[in-house]
Amino acid sequence: MKTLHIEDLNKIREKAQAALVLREQSDSASSEQSCGLACGAKHMQLLCCGGTGCKASSSHKIVENLQKALEANGVADKVEVVTTGCFGFCEKGPIVKVIPDNTFYTQVKPEDAEEIVKSHIIDGKRVERLLYVDPKTKQHVSDSKHMDFYRKQVRIALRNCGLIDPENIDEYIARDGYQGLAKCLLELKPEDVIDIVSQSGLRGRGGAGFPAGSKWKHALAAKAEKKYVVCNADEGDPGAFMDRSIMEGDPNSVVEAMAICGYATGSNYGLIYIRAEYPLAVSRLRVAIAQARKYGLLGKNILGSGFNFDIEIRYGAGAFVCGEATALVHSMEGKRGEPRMKPPHLTDLGYMGYPTNVNNVETLANVPIIMTKGAEWFASIGTEKSKGTKVFALAGKINNVGLIEVPMGTTLREIIYEIGGGVKDGKKFKAVQTGGPSGGCLTEKHLDIPIDYESLKEAGSMMGSGGMIVMDEDDCMVSVAKFYLDFTVNESCGKCTPCRIGNKRLYEILTRITEGKGTPEDLETLKRLSEVIKETSLCGLGQSSPNPVLSTLANFYEEYVEHVKQHKCRAKQCKALLTYAVMPDKCKGCGACKRGCPANAIMGDVRKPHVIDPYKCIRCGMCKSHCKFNAIHVS
Amino acid sequence: MAKEIKLACNVIEQVEAICDKYGNQPGELINVLHEAQSLHGYLPEEMQRIIARKLHIPVSKVYGVVTFYSFFTMTPKGKHPISVCLGTACYVRGSEGLLEEIKRVLNIEVGETTPDGKFSLDCLRCVGACGLAPVVTIGDKVYGRLQPKDIKKILDEVAAND
Repeated sequence: MKTLHIEDLNKIREKAQAALVLREQSDSASSEQSCGLACGAKHMQLLCCGGTGCKASSSHKIVENLQKALEANGVADKVEVVTTGCFGFCEKGPIVKVIPDNTFYTQVKPEDAEEIVKSHIIDGKRVERLLYVDPKTKQHVSDSKHMDFYRKQVRIALRNCGLIDPENIDEYIARDGYQGLAKCLLELKPEDVIDIVSQSGLRGRGGAGFPAGSKWKHALAAKAEKKYVVCNADEGDPGAFMDRSIMEGDPNSVVEAMAICGYATGSNYGLIYIRAEYPLAVSRLRVAIAQARKYGLLGKNILGSGFNFDIEIRYGAGAFVCGEATALVHSMEGKRGEPRMKPPHLTDLGYMGYPTNVNNVETLANVPIIMTKGAEWFASIGTEKSKGTKVFALAGKINNVGLIEVPMGTTLREIIYEIGGGVKDGKKFKAVQTGGPSGGCLTEKHLDIPIDYESLKEAGSMMGSGGMIVMDEDDCMVSVAKFYLDFTVNESCGKCTPCRIGNKRLYEILTRITEGKGTPEDLETLKRLSEVIKETSLCGLGQSSPNPVLSTLANFYEEYVEHVKQHKCRAKQCKALLTYAVMPDKCKGCGACKRGCPANAIMGDVRKPHVIDPYKCIRCGMCKSHCKFNAIHVS
Repeated sequence: MAKEIKLACNVIEQVEAICDKYGNQPGELINVLHEAQSLHGYLPEEMQRIIARKLHIPVSKVYGVVTFYSFFTMTPKGKHPISVCLGTACYVRGSEGLLEEIKRVLNIEVGETTPDGKFSLDCLRCVGACGLAPVVTIGDKVYGRLQPKDIKKILDEVAAND
């Protein structure tokens, strides 16, 4: 294989840009613009989301059907179907975007493909029923830039997601891909690269927010015959899928960043530690690595610079604690993923005893663009101490579930009410949980703080990897705390006592409270025990595991008191504290609840009000979900 | 005391071949287990003994790793493995109710398989289809936006399509 030089890379870029210019320019297309081949478009593209979320709604069938419809209508030579990464708007997925008129179709089904091709492509008429409806104005919106969901977003780490074909390295190169690596290898010394990363203010996106530049500096300073660069793709936070989407939508950005990191820290070996539960991300990374090797962008003498670097993939096997870097390294060595004391830091003593630099996926995805656009550009975005943007997986009781990226300093209110479109079904906002099992629940009073690492910590939560779950008045905060503790108890590695035993005790107390058996002393014990666990645990998991308890105690103390003293759950979530009854005035006697009741606890004749036997009732709520007349009362 | 080996000869050979492929390196234990499980569906005790012997490590170490990671299992899965997503997004949208209903309909607990071998039940943390929450996967298929009352119908359909 001949060595690829910078001139060759630029040639590939020029060639591939032709296809991408259409997509990039279409961003400025107006919604009034005519569409379709009938109106003079010579070449069109249909971008279809191929992320895990949309694939679950058969987006691969949509691609298949679009292709078939194009062929059947004889326009397959003029219109290209491209499978891209995640567009982010998962609530409305699967998404199909039409280029060049920038029409954004939502909730597309495989059977809609024919109509899109016939009506839009051939006749030039947009398929109105598939357009996004603005919830405020009730108007159809045909392009994404006029949607509240996208308006406030700044996409840096997600710059290529939903735009390029992740399985085609040429499209990545067309978006200035591997130019950052070329600049580093051909123009900069490793120290200069690290200086740029330090000046950009980039901090670890995995949760703790450690400055990436400082970590790299330590790794460079370590003296050893061999060093490793590791990409931490063990995203285990329940309800978070930022890293997965980046790997699925733009795998080359991770590959390029690892090579840059390798050059900067003096390492020739890269390892990606990824969850085995992410098959699509694994396969996209494999394709990216293979294509990069083929071009000589991985391997020996990259771009003729004399620098060698290659990447291997290692699989996790489902252990949340392996997101902790020392545990991750143990897992890669084929051992149980148990953390160890630091120091020595991994940058001194890591994988197989060699200095190892571990960075998170999102952190890495920012690196190539920092190299091409400069440290000042990146540092101009964000707040004083937290630079750049952050990707969040916005989910829970919110209208627009999806993957979003906003500048640091954006407020929670902007995220929830503008981008997220507010709380689902017009319910009242209660809390937002950030940072996953290590974070906390924030309330109405925190909505206006600008988000960064420091402000979230001060408010009693943390940035975490980027999960953001919105909760409404129907969520019981004691149950939420219990939910997270259940998770931690399962995932605790068991090495240190405070985490192994302490969290189990926390979980038992919380269970007792949700069953109406708690005592006022339990609340004191919860607090004291939480503090002990935080102070005495070995690793980040244990040190942060009581956060959901502490933050709900601080912000929703009255709910705990109600559970304990009045045996009442205001959100009607704690089954043991509920009674189900039929409201005779609303019951039509249809018998739907009786048929649906698994415990045979409902009696009554047809067309006469039914009755629930409280002794037989198992409080499963099936009657409520079967009743069409809203006649089941829960108290 | 060595237990009687009940695995078929060809399975033993295949597992040994996997170990050889990874150079019988103790550091490759997790990769070996991944391949062995995808070959056989689960990792019974005998198989762990074979792997321990090939990699020259105590069987306790293999067992320690198998039981540490939730991806590895020592019980055979059903023909249609069911996973209920208990990620936070699914949890707040009611996945616990789905889990209760599946347990009730199939009369099994989490981690168990129905006596006829058709269904096994597990929980997982986040499929990543949070827009479809709450989510249940059966085999490779993802079922989204479910309510407890949908469960019986879906399970009946899957069982009928066998």
